[in-house]
Amino acid sequence: MNEKNGTSKPGAPDERRKRSGVSRRYFLKGVGGGVAASIATGGPALADEGLVGRTLPAPAFAETTVKLKVNGAAKDAKIEARSTLLSVLRNQLDLTGAKEVCDRGECGACTVLLDGKAAYACMTLAADCEGREIRTVEGLAQGDRLHPLQAAFVECDGYMCGFCTPGHVMALVPLVESGRNDVTLEDVKEAVAGNVCRCGAAPRIFEAGLNACRKSGR
Amino acid sequence: MMPKIKVTLGFKGQTREQEITIPDDEPATWDVDAKLRVVGGSHPRKEGSDKVTGRAKYTFDLNLPGMLHGKILRSPHAHARVREIDLAPALALPGVKAAIRTLEGDEVRYQGDEVAAVAATTPEIARDAIRAIKVSWEVLPHVADLEAARKPDAPRVHGAQPNETQPIEGGRGDVDQGFAEAEATVEETFRTQVQTHVSLETHGTVCRWEGDTLTCWASTQGIFTVRGDLAQKLGIDQSKIRVLCEHMGGGFGSKFNARTEGVVCARLAREANAPVKLMLDRKEEHLATGNRPSSVQTVRLGAKRDGTLTAMHLRSYGADGLGGGANCAAPYLRIYRCPNVKTIESSVHIHAGRVAAMRAPGHPQGSFGLEQALDLLAEKLKMDPLELRRRNDTSPVRLAEYAIGAEKIGWSKRREIPGSDKGPRKRGLGMGSAVWGGAGNTGPQIEVRVTREGAVEVRNGSQDIGTGTRSLMAIVAAEELGLGYGDVAATLGDTALGFSVGSGGSQTAASVAPAVRNAAYEARLKLLEIAAPLLGATPAELETAEGKVRVAADPSRALAWKDVCAKIDGPALVAHADRSRNYDAFSPGSAGAQFAEVEVDVETGEIRVVKVVAVHDCGRIVNKLAVESQIIGGVVQGLSYALLEDRILDRPTGRMVNPNLEDYKILGSLDTPEIEPVVLDVANGMNSVGLLGIGESPVIPTASAVANAVANAIGVRVLELPMTPDRVLAALERGPVEKG
Repeated sequence: MNEKNGTSKPGAPDERRKRSGVSRRYFLKGVGGGVAASIATGGPALADEGLVGRTLPAPAFAETTVKLKVNGAAKDAKIEARSTLLSVLRNQLDLTGAKEVCDRGECGACTVLLDGKAAYACMTLAADCEGREIRTVEGLAQGDRLHPLQAAFVECDGYMCGFCTPGHVMALVPLVESGRNDVTLEDVKEAVAGNVCRCGAAPRIFEAGLNACRKSGR
Repeated sequence: MMPKIKVTLGFKGQTREQEITIPDDEPATWDVDAKLRVVGGSHPRKEGSDKVTGRAKYTFDLNLPGMLHGKILRSPHAHARVREIDLAPALALPGVKAAIRTLEGDEVRYQGDEVAAVAATTPEIARDAIRAIKVSWEVLPHVADLEAARKPDAPRVHGAQPNETQPIEGGRGDVDQGFAEAEATVEETFRTQVQTHVSLETHGTVCRWEGDTLTCWASTQGIFTVRGDLAQKLGIDQSKIRVLCEHMGGGFGSKFNARTEGVVCARLAREANAPVKLMLDRKEEHLATGNRPSSVQTVRLGAKRDGTLTAMHLRSYGADGLGGGANCAAPYLRIYRCPNVKTIESSVHIHAGRVAAMRAPGHPQGSFGLEQALDLLAEKLKMDPLELRRRNDTSPVRLAEYAIGAEKIGWSKRREIPGSDKGPRKRGLGMGSAVWGGAGNTGPQIEVRVTREGAVEVRNGSQDIGTGTRSLMAIVAAEELGLGYGDVAATLGDTALGFSVGSGGSQTAASVAPAVRNAAYEARLKLLEIAAPLLGATPAELETAEGKVRVAADPSRALAWKDVCAKIDGPALVAHADRSRNYDAFSPGSAGAQFAEVEVDVETGEIRVVKVVAVHDCGRIVNKLAVESQIIGGVVQGLSYALLEDRILDRPTGRMVNPNLEDYKILGSLDTPEIEPVVLDVANGMNSVGLLGIGESPVIPTASAVANAVANAIGVRVLELPMTPDRVLAALERGPVEKG
């Protein structure tokens, strides 16, 4: 998960609001990394989720460009402070392997690797990703040659509708590429404990993960 | 001329000769002795590498040039009158290209009811726009509780109509007589919860107008149902609409027709003069796409001392939201032999989303009541519950499944005295049965193309909702043409292709496969006409096998597939076929039996499922790998229904308390037990392939098997789903209660 939620500025929440005229929620959405600090300019607070009928002035989220590194390639993206990595991947870079299912970190369908670790792209701000290695499911296969884990999924029928598949695959990549030769069923289950599969392919997914680990373990 | 032939149908250990009449343009059904090379094997899915690489594009993934993002404004209130809708503030936002009212009339009747919709350049702006719309509500009284809704003074959901429908009666024989004859009776009341489908890809469409023609990509189980619905609601001809669905992320019964969001998307696209993608979010998916209704079942069973059932009585009702029915009597009527059955069912409307068919509608609910009542009866008769079922089961297939399942779960080790394990963690075994149809229908129109280069493609407008339809089409065609699985491609998911049935009721494979075989048969006949002169034989003397066309009596006289194809006139040979109605079958529907082992911690109330053995059948197995995956998948959903899922409404506000994936829990990896799928291969007759659907039966008896196992483990029964730790502890505190 993304640990870099930014350092908090001094002062109680109320004081911060009085100082800058923005709510803490808005402020935190803009914080993180050198890039994002420059876009956390003033602007009105947004209504809370779920309340309708509030009159809003035009949203004041400034736009900026971030330089992302996705699957080894440089990708510039125009973002708002609130843009999630998932939204940028899917809507701007047309990398739709990572899926939007819950958009709040509860299902793992958007799992990507950030600096080698599994992370939920929907819970990661795009602004926080500059300078980090992003790896998505699109970066696993080499042309027509599937990654051993992907081949294992196909062989074991580790999917049905397939919507959760990229997320499960990415969640297992670190374990498979660790080279460990002592991976157990429990290890595999733990690796995908943050992913849901509604079609019920979990047992096949475990089998695919175990097989791929056994093949690549030294 | 319709030939009459004798075939041997059935399965290992249980066959019978049957005379069937086959249509003269179709091949004869594969009987018990058929030697099949591709059919029945385990084949990886055709679209497998697309799914694991992220190349597979679902409706949610489409990004068309100039595409806008749509979003619906929904009522936050369970019941309200809408006085005014002001769209102007939304239209004033930069990036908003359309805003429309969707509410017809002025009343909203559940949290989630559609009111208005917008289309904007980004999903984030669309969300801003929804929040900017000004609506003035007059909040009205609502009812969100099943029992409260049954009271005469409850707020009414539909005008002056009472919330509870007039009960519908079903059954056979004379139950009063049946109970009079009974030497033992039991009675108990069981409750099951409202369950939502939780399709991971939410509902939605992408709509693009070109002049007056509409292309609609839909996440759907029925592209033809979407087309028909759009035509009707938009007032245009079906010929002006094309619907596509190459991959979709789950439906489980909830994705048929265009539905409100599909029609709204088309309207927004027309209004904004740009393509629009409108996909629901997770909260909307829980609120407004349908659900499995709840049930309260009061069950009474009567039997003779030897276990022969003499009477069954069911009175049930359940919450069906705005409507759709809360029936659950089918298992009582169909699984076991009992001459006297009476079912009385009603549905209760509440201010919540209406129901939508959910995997085996009615059956998991009814099974939970029926199977536990049977176990209660077995306890009263001091009989093995498995034996009680054997005495009353008419299905030879299910009887065989009982034997297999019992052996694999270790039924002989079942505790005779429930709850007798020492220590706080106690183990138990339980079972449940299933019945389903899945025999398929006429409808599918298949095209088989064989090119001059020898490439084979099967084309049809079916959907593949995760069941492996593409693979099925390729396997059946390959078998008929004497080719390998890898030699045949399958294309589907487009209304421009031949008609097909909607993927519900476990009907797709059973409807499509025979039509595929018939089309491949036609193609084969055409090829044999081409090959015959080349081999100096008549077409009737030839066969296709192992990638060759050869003289059946002298296989050395053969031509390679490609060499025959090279002689095709034109770029390709094309054969079309549909299929006739089903003829005699060994079994009109599928059976099924599941056995569960659980371990219950009586101090924490947690149920840990150790193992489930799921024994099922689906007529002719076409792709063993995919069939086993379906069975496993059904068991996982059944366990989730048994232990975790619950759509909870807050009574004072009528709002769903858990419209997300954190508090609405579905089974995760750490809760997944060992699941052993076993499938019987049955030569079922019926049509040229003889398979039955397998999509639904595996989800039916899982909760029952687990509930019965829990009772065996701890000596008390949990009467309500989901079987959460608090309910287990409450049952333990109540202690065993003698009833009936």
